[in-house]
Amino acid sequence: MMATVAARELADGEVVFVGIGLPNLACNLARRTHAPNLVLIYESGAVGATPSRLPVSIGDPALVTGSLMVCGMADVFQLFLQNGRIEVGFLGGAQVDRHGNINTTVIGPYERPKVRLPGSGGAAEIAIHAQRILIISKLSPRTFPERVDFITSPGQRVKRVITDKGVLEPDKAGGELVLAGLYPGVEAADVQREVGWKLRARPTLARLDPPSRAELQLLREVLDPQRLYLKS
Amino acid sequence: MSMQDAVARFVRDGDVVVIEGFTHLISFAAGHEIIRQRRRDLTLCRLTPDLIYDQMIAAGCARKLVFSWAGNPGVGSLHAFRRAVEGGTLEIEEYSHFGMVARFSAGAARLPFWTLRDYTGTDLPRANPRIKSVTCPYTGETLATVPALNPDVTIVHAQRADAQGNAQIWGLLGVQKEAAFASQRVIVVVEELVEERVIRSDPNRTLIPAAIVSAVVVEPWGAHPSYAQGYYDRDNDFYVGWEAISRDRTELAHYLDEFVYGVQGRAEYMEKQPRLKERLKAAEQYSAGVNYGF
Repeated sequence: MMATVAARELADGEVVFVGIGLPNLACNLARRTHAPNLVLIYESGAVGATPSRLPVSIGDPALVTGSLMVCGMADVFQLFLQNGRIEVGFLGGAQVDRHGNINTTVIGPYERPKVRLPGSGGAAEIAIHAQRILIISKLSPRTFPERVDFITSPGQRVKRVITDKGVLEPDKAGGELVLAGLYPGVEAADVQREVGWKLRARPTLARLDPPSRAELQLLREVLDPQRLYLKS
Repeated sequence: MSMQDAVARFVRDGDVVVIEGFTHLISFAAGHEIIRQRRRDLTLCRLTPDLIYDQMIAAGCARKLVFSWAGNPGVGSLHAFRRAVEGGTLEIEEYSHFGMVARFSAGAARLPFWTLRDYTGTDLPRANPRIKSVTCPYTGETLATVPALNPDVTIVHAQRADAQGNAQIWGLLGVQKEAAFASQRVIVVVEELVEERVIRSDPNRTLIPAAIVSAVVVEPWGAHPSYAQGYYDRDNDFYVGWEAISRDRTELAHYLDEFVYGVQGRAEYMEKQPRLKERLKAAEQYSAGVNYGF
């Protein structure tokens, strides 16, 4: 469901900075359905990649074979990202807060962390330079606190947070994340239970359709037959 | 030169050491040799420390780590790294990928720092005071800066080079060119040694010229479990399996005993795992080739 909702966010012809896991599934689903001209750019330097297998890492050799361009990482960050060529960036994180800030650095204080996470990678600059940011993350009170312990990626450009129960969006006034849509069978209270702040809702909530039979078939039989990222 | 000699001559205790390669072409063979020669107090720098620095941290080679993303890609944590940081025994200096790329770019251009539009609204400058800012003398804009990184030694794995060290790389290029040009010494490790005429037949593919290379080491399969495009695939099973090994100190020590201290070098490492080659050998997919004539 998350991969499908994320795929529908992408318009044909857009230039997308792709992460590994669900974002990668979403982009490849979009490419095979409504957005055949989506341009996938991976931070490893593959531009216009058409991976023939689901990449386990962001530097998989299948991203290179048959791509349009392979460039060094200085070019990725300076000529594509900082240049403003990236329209959509996907991010995820250990924590996402009320204002869409993301933490992938530490749980607890930086100097004496309770849990040391991997760190930014490209996430800081993706959040700053991509024209719109989509976050994909499963809901839980631990993942959605009112404030993150560390801001790895600032939330200003977040346009949508795609979760396993519904979708959050920043409100126009203060950029606070509010409930914008629910999946079939989910109620607002189900989402509130997983979120660490008093969650406001849009006056009308979007209805988010489950994956179609064709989308499901693509996801299960073509894109992730080994169920690396799909859970059901 | 043999890997043993190259490390003995060019990697010293206390050095700032870079083994670069973004997922692709990571010289595990060099990392293992540094562990075997028991180098100490190294400052290890890489965008993604990956399994090789996890192993070097576990083996006690590192005093400090400079990095931008320390995880096991697609799998989870680097546990030796996490234990060292959470236990306060490893000094860290942390950037983002762009920040690390910019540090190498400054180092390669022999400038003191590099400017970038980054870090506004993040806590990274608070965590790392070496991330600073400068006012643009032309526009008045505030730009982030990171200091040049000039390693003592950079080790780069390449698909092929000639005996002088003109090294050609294809597939993901990472930040190897910048890291090599930034470095005082450069060790090039290759899958294949080729004649100079092979290099000259396709000069656009040369990433690192012999002029900056201190040593050339021929070490087939020297990047495993990382990969070499056109030679062998990434050993994703090994990366997945590392989770359980690195989580447990004893398991990790056993791994190092068997596959690092317990072998003379890469050839013996490969002999111990006779089925690797068959499982990971690359399929053929050649490029069309171009006309260099005039």
